[in-house]
Amino acid sequence: MSFVVPKESYNGKVLSVDFGKGDKAVVIGGENTLPFLSFEGEIPNRPVVAYEIQDCPPEDWPERVRNEYKDVSGDPVTWAKHCQDNLKAGAIALRLVSTHPDRENRSAEDAAKTIRNVLAAIDIPLIILGSNHIEKDASVLVAAAEAASGYNCIIGKAQEGNYKTIVAAALAHNHKLIAMSELDINLAKQLNILITQMGFDKEKLITDPMCSALGYGLEYTYSVMERIRLAGLFQNDATMQPPILGDVGMYVWKIKEVTAAEADVPEWGSLEERGVAWEAITATSMIVAGTNLLIMRHPKSIGIVEKTIAELT
Amino acid sequence: MALTGVQIFKLLPKTNCKKCGFPTCLAFAMALAQGKADLSKCPDVSEESKKMLGEASAPPIRTFDLGTGDKAVKLGGETVLFRHDKKFFNPCALAVNIKDNLSDDELVKKATEVSQSEMERVGQKLRIDAISVEYASGSSAQYEKAVRLVAEKAPAAAIILNCKDAAAAEAAVKAVAVRKPLLYCATNENAEAMAGIAKTHGVPLCASAQGLEALSSLTEKLQALGVNDIVLDSGAKSVKEIVENNTQIRRAALKKGFKPLGFPIINFVFRDDSIQEASAASVAIAKYASIVVLSGIEKWKNLALFTVRQNLYTDPQVPMQVEQKIYGISEPDANSPLMITTNFSLTYFIVSGEIENSKVPSLLAVMDSEGLSVLTAWAAGKFTAAKIAQFIKDSGIEGRISHRELIIPGQVAILSGALEDKLEGWKITVGPREANAIPTFLRGRAS
Ligand code: B12
Ligand code: SF4
Repeated sequence: MSFVVPKESYNGKVLSVDFGKGDKAVVIGGENTLPFLSFEGEIPNRPVVAYEIQDCPPEDWPERVRNEYKDVSGDPVTWAKHCQDNLKAGAIALRLVSTHPDRENRSAEDAAKTIRNVLAAIDIPLIILGSNHIEKDASVLVAAAEAASGYNCIIGKAQEGNYKTIVAAALAHNHKLIAMSELDINLAKQLNILITQMGFDKEKLITDPMCSALGYGLEYTYSVMERIRLAGLFQNDATMQPPILGDVGMYVWKIKEVTAAEADVPEWGSLEERGVAWEAITATSMIVAGTNLLIMRHPKSIGIVEKTIAELT
Repeated sequence: MALTGVQIFKLLPKTNCKKCGFPTCLAFAMALAQGKADLSKCPDVSEESKKMLGEASAPPIRTFDLGTGDKAVKLGGETVLFRHDKKFFNPCALAVNIKDNLSDDELVKKATEVSQSEMERVGQKLRIDAISVEYASGSSAQYEKAVRLVAEKAPAAAIILNCKDAAAAEAAVKAVAVRKPLLYCATNENAEAMAGIAKTHGVPLCASAQGLEALSSLTEKLQALGVNDIVLDSGAKSVKEIVENNTQIRRAALKKGFKPLGFPIINFVFRDDSIQEASAASVAIAKYASIVVLSGIEKWKNLALFTVRQNLYTDPQVPMQVEQKIYGISEPDANSPLMITTNFSLTYFIVSGEIENSKVPSLLAVMDSEGLSVLTAWAAGKFTAAKIAQFIKDSGIEGRISHRELIIPGQVAILSGALEDKLEGWKITVGPREANAIPTFLRGRAS
């Protein structure tokens, strides 16, 4: 029997989305095959990793990752420039954590100011994330979208409970948009439909099916992502064709495996490597499942994942 | 080529005697066609039919054990490309590679690391399953000695003989034949000799070639030489090659019924940087490897790789769950605190682990919530005040304890009012949101 390469033929392709401006702009998506199978399709763009920063000092991040930024994280502009200039970040994700009512409850205007300052200081693409408070994000992200007008940012996350105002703002100021639902392919599809029904171009959307950390539901995210890809490629389901986001850092850097000291759990070995490996493996699993854009925290895990991506493309 | 259910049915006795466990011969035939049944379950099938069905009834990916005893790892036997289509059945073996030219002390140290690698996670005992001993010394005597030593110091681990020199390999196989080592590897150059050794000693053999065309002809050759338990090495080294080659192998076996590649896969993922190696290993685990060989096994790395393997091999239809009951931790008495949680394995093991850490004797009521986590169960209406109250009343706990206080997870603080209404005479206390705060919380109450 002679071996014949078993190729699939797909009907659809992942939409490509660009963000940022000028020669630092980035494009994700565009492939017409399952992740990294270049023997049967085109993969014009590789997955991109954005460095996560926030608008207030990261007191809620565990020590190991907080320390990496201790000299710069007092101010988002310095932090962003550090990522761009010293860590050679390709993109930055700024989370407006301080606007959360349970945190500092900073105003939408404050957030807009932060955005303007950060955008003035960097020339790499920016992802702007709310604090994940449904009501508050609706006003904060509207102000942020306006402040970033003309910069071709990614704004997020629009969820079932607040998408209308956020979609309208992204539309008005010509940004890309993250639509997030909760680990269910039908919910992801439904939200994308609702958003495009408002006249938002599906080619400007990014799907966040919700991430989860290694050991804490990774398998659910993994399978939802695989199913989204299969639906987009085989069934040519246009609502399942936007690039996929994996918001890895925030789910990883809170669990016990990245925080417990070696003295308390000697059987788990060195905490330093454990944390970095945890984030790197979570992210690696996501790109194997179909993620096009990652948001991560630790420079070392980002380095590892970028090397894996280079090997995969 | 695989036969259809109807073609298989024609070859069965057609008595519908049910001895196979299926209601009819046709049902059994259908199951056979889908690789979900085993022909040997029908006691009455004729020898002639058996022969004709042999190929069709064999699973598309051959299944056999790596190693012996209760720690042996089942290789192969997979039926899907995507875990959500059914599930991945046989978690891949993790192996570490050791060179035979290390000093005895170092060999012992590494083998001991393997034998002590076992960890428990979510109720499963996980470990480094195998040791690959690499022939690096160039001396057959040294190789045999190293293999013996490693095998002795890691008595439960499976052995992979990483040695292309047939003479050295044969001596080593003989030395550890009772452990059924995997012989790595047969190539185009040494195929006859290696096949001879594998056949004589009844051990599995790895076929190694660059690319899948060369690999297919090599496995055909090995089978013609009488070797059936074969492991595939396509020469993939970069993660790109691992994803592409492994995908093609799995597809060829499952979708095309292509027998020469219907075997488990081995991947070597050595990298200078150990975290980089862990990342590469996670790609191989996700993408169809049955054996992943590492160059180092630090504890943090083992924990991470055991976890990713466990995650991807859980049944997507049935979350791992534990029995509904009231568990006693650290010998509680009638005054010990009572806490409640759901029966999702992950939740139970994290929470009970932290209660144990606190050293405060406690009772943990685990309520059946169809294997969902606390918030998921709450959102799905399976962990509601009414259901919790009913469970507490039915559990008989009121007769076992002298107090009436129930501690609930901080994430469902919202339930406390409704629970106090429904559980008359009970005080509801809201515990911490995250389990890692439980020790401080419990100790604070005890003092
Ligand atoms: C994986 C997951 C799923 C999986 C199910 C996994 C499972 N077996 O439970 C799937 C995909 C099936 C799922 C489905 C749904 N999910 Co869900 N899911 C998650 C996810 C990502 C992780 C949950 C998890 O496994 N956590 C880990 C376990 C260990 O946590 P835990 O049980 O809470 O235990 C911790 C603490 O509570 C504490 N603890 C536990 N017990 C006790 C006891 C005491 C006494 C104390 C003190 C502490 C304590 O210790 C543990 C560790 O700290 C979370 C989001 C997230 N990242 O957390 C959403 C999440 C829980 N899901 C959510 C929702 C809404 C749903 C759905 C209703 C979605 C939908 N509309 O269909 C469905 C419902 C399921 C159904 N059958 O209908 C929401 C709940 C929102 C809310 N606040 O109500 C969440 C929070 C996502 C979100 N941000 O919106 N989900
Ligand atoms: S045991 Fe054999 S003869 Fe009896 S029902 Fe099953 S297939 Fe038919």
